[in-house]
Amino acid sequence: MTYLDHAATTPMLPVAVAAYTTALGRVGNPSSLHTAGRRARRDVEEARETIADAVGALPTEVVLATGGTEGDNLAVKGLYWARRAQDARRTRVVVSAVEHHAVLDAAEWLADHEGATLVVLPVDAVGRVTPEVLRAELAAHGDETALVSVMWANNEVGTVNDVRGLAEVAHEFGVPLHTDAVQAVGSLPVDFAASGADALSLTGHKLGGPVGVGALLLRRDATCVPLLHGGGQERDVRSGTLDVAGTVALAAAVEAAVAAVPRRTVELAALRDDLVARLIEVVPDATLNGVPLDAPAVNGGPARLAGNAHLSFPGCEGDSLLMLLDAHEIECSTGSACTAGVARPSHVLLAMGVDEAAARGSLRFSLGHSSTAADVDAAVAAIGPVVERARGALARAGERVGS
Amino acid sequence: MRGSTTRSGSAPLRVLAAMSGGVDSAVAAARAQDAGHDVVGVHLALSAKPATMREGARGCCSMEDSRDARRCADVLDIPFYVWDMADRFREDVIEPFVAEYAAGRTPNPCLRCNEKIKFSAVLDRARALGFDAVATGHYARLSDGALRRAADPDKDQSYVLGVLTADQLAHAMFPLGDSLKSEVRAEAAARGLVVAEKPDSHDICFIPSGDTRGFLADRVPDAPGELVDAVSGAVLGGHGGVQNFTVGQRHGLGLSRPAPDGRPRYVLGIEPVSRQVQVGPAEALDVTALTTEPPVWHGPTGRRDDVTVQVRAHGGLAPASVEVHDDGLAVTLGSPLRGVAPGQAVVVYDGDRVLGSATIAATS
Repeated sequence: MTYLDHAATTPMLPVAVAAYTTALGRVGNPSSLHTAGRRARRDVEEARETIADAVGALPTEVVLATGGTEGDNLAVKGLYWARRAQDARRTRVVVSAVEHHAVLDAAEWLADHEGATLVVLPVDAVGRVTPEVLRAELAAHGDETALVSVMWANNEVGTVNDVRGLAEVAHEFGVPLHTDAVQAVGSLPVDFAASGADALSLTGHKLGGPVGVGALLLRRDATCVPLLHGGGQERDVRSGTLDVAGTVALAAAVEAAVAAVPRRTVELAALRDDLVARLIEVVPDATLNGVPLDAPAVNGGPARLAGNAHLSFPGCEGDSLLMLLDAHEIECSTGSACTAGVARPSHVLLAMGVDEAAARGSLRFSLGHSSTAADVDAAVAAIGPVVERARGALARAGERVGS
Repeated sequence: MRGSTTRSGSAPLRVLAAMSGGVDSAVAAARAQDAGHDVVGVHLALSAKPATMREGARGCCSMEDSRDARRCADVLDIPFYVWDMADRFREDVIEPFVAEYAAGRTPNPCLRCNEKIKFSAVLDRARALGFDAVATGHYARLSDGALRRAADPDKDQSYVLGVLTADQLAHAMFPLGDSLKSEVRAEAAARGLVVAEKPDSHDICFIPSGDTRGFLADRVPDAPGELVDAVSGAVLGGHGGVQNFTVGQRHGLGLSRPAPDGRPRYVLGIEPVSRQVQVGPAEALDVTALTTEPPVWHGPTGRRDDVTVQVRAHGGLAPASVEVHDDGLAVTLGSPLRGVAPGQAVVVYDGDRVLGSATIAATS
């Protein structure tokens, strides 16, 4: 089996499995005052310090949550409610067109139910939001804007945004900036303080930790209205009994993944560059979507996620490619599907100006910590006949439509 | 894991199992797999709104059905995908269905779906992708390339498959043809398939409410016409559009005055150009002969006596003789049938074997 879908989820790191399984056997609610509670509290707080240290945050800025979706929802809705409460004019929610649905749909929900005005920032042809676009929006409507949310690195095409530049612009207008860094942490250098972001979502299972645990980094001076009310465990911003084992495993994974970033970005980029070059060698009219592989650095790091290879294969349907590759035991992704499983052209590609046919005919290969040269070889070996067959299928459907 | 031949000794095929989320197609997929074939499950998303959750009635395009199909595929340990056929379904099934009613005819959308979607769009794509056959949960038998009635007379679906050509049948697989529905349900339960007790679908899948008239009312503009007495030619009243009528219909005629003889009146015919709807007594519904559009026909042209014809999915059987021409069938019924409308299919059987199928053009 050739697993090239690390952006969907990546295998847990052995250190995280060890930390997880050890902690699972221990009783103790970190909110309890007795010995078991105190020990659990110490485990969680040490884990929090480890996470904070790895991503350039203060321990108090780490709000533990269940993952990227919760972090994104808490940031978008919580910051919106807080800012609107401070200043009723601030009802504009500014998000980029290529956000994950956890941000986009949360923002749409605010527009539909909470009186927000949704503002979708366009991206350029590589999927990037430029500070100039944000500046133009805020210059016109800065006083009415509650928050800006722009992802650090895109999950589909791997494009990295200039978060620092965007945060500077937002702050000029007194607007907080949230960034979904689910794909970024553990893949490229992420320093929360240096980025200037007011809130940042991260999740365990994209970097070698467990599913179901993550964090929203929230600046000490940021006010955020909670989504979940109850015991007030996390700064009164998030309630719910803390997941000791999950948090300990998350910390182990974050620590290991972040420490490995300098080495891994080089290794993965080399594998990925080889994959892209050889795929295009076999399928000469395939095109790489997103940032060119030799693009200049962004905020001192790679301009594209090192493990990301996203290509369009003209004349093919992505779901045919996926199915045929699956039959060759190559596991990758087409991007988005609705809840019933129907393939949809990616909103990310459409926002980048890719036409609908090309958007439907695209595949994402994402490499991660367990990827090898043999994985690349397997994908390259399979792609030729797979593309040929998928083209035949689409051509046949086209003949019928034309007849 | 799998041998190089199937249980029956033939080479294993790459089979695409169309999985609706119901019990029949799930067991069909399982049986194809048991026979040694390499099976992949595909659910067809036919609704433009795949997230629609239905209440009550079962169809083949809800999110719940997609999940049920996926769950069964996972239990069978076969790959599973959803194919979006909503556009093709709309163009080839729903729009013609509406157009047929608007033209005063009575279409069968399930037949059209088999002809144009399952064994055309899906089969074509499957073959292009390297599959040898499409397997479905239809109750029908295939032997030596001939389509035959299913073993379960209550579930037989050869009528809605009669329209398939020899080439389509050569790439079709109906693993349930020899079984009774009760056996299929028991087998589903034994295999641990959660859909074992799922109710059968009866209605038209894209009209889950069962309210065909309401569905048509939203899609066909009103075009008023007259209701006339078929015998006297007297105008009895008016109507809002021919799509509201089907030959054999008794209720909903909107006539305030009873017939002079006090007997119920039925729709006998619909004239689409003048939009005139003829009504009359029940015995005038009797049809003894019909002609058709060009048929799908398996076998020689010419005259066949001793055949049986079927004019609707359930019932509507009569002994007949048939003249087969390339441009249509001329069928003479051995005993009259009622409720036979242009637009319906007539399927011709030699015993349990399907000889052909054609759309009825006119009756007399």
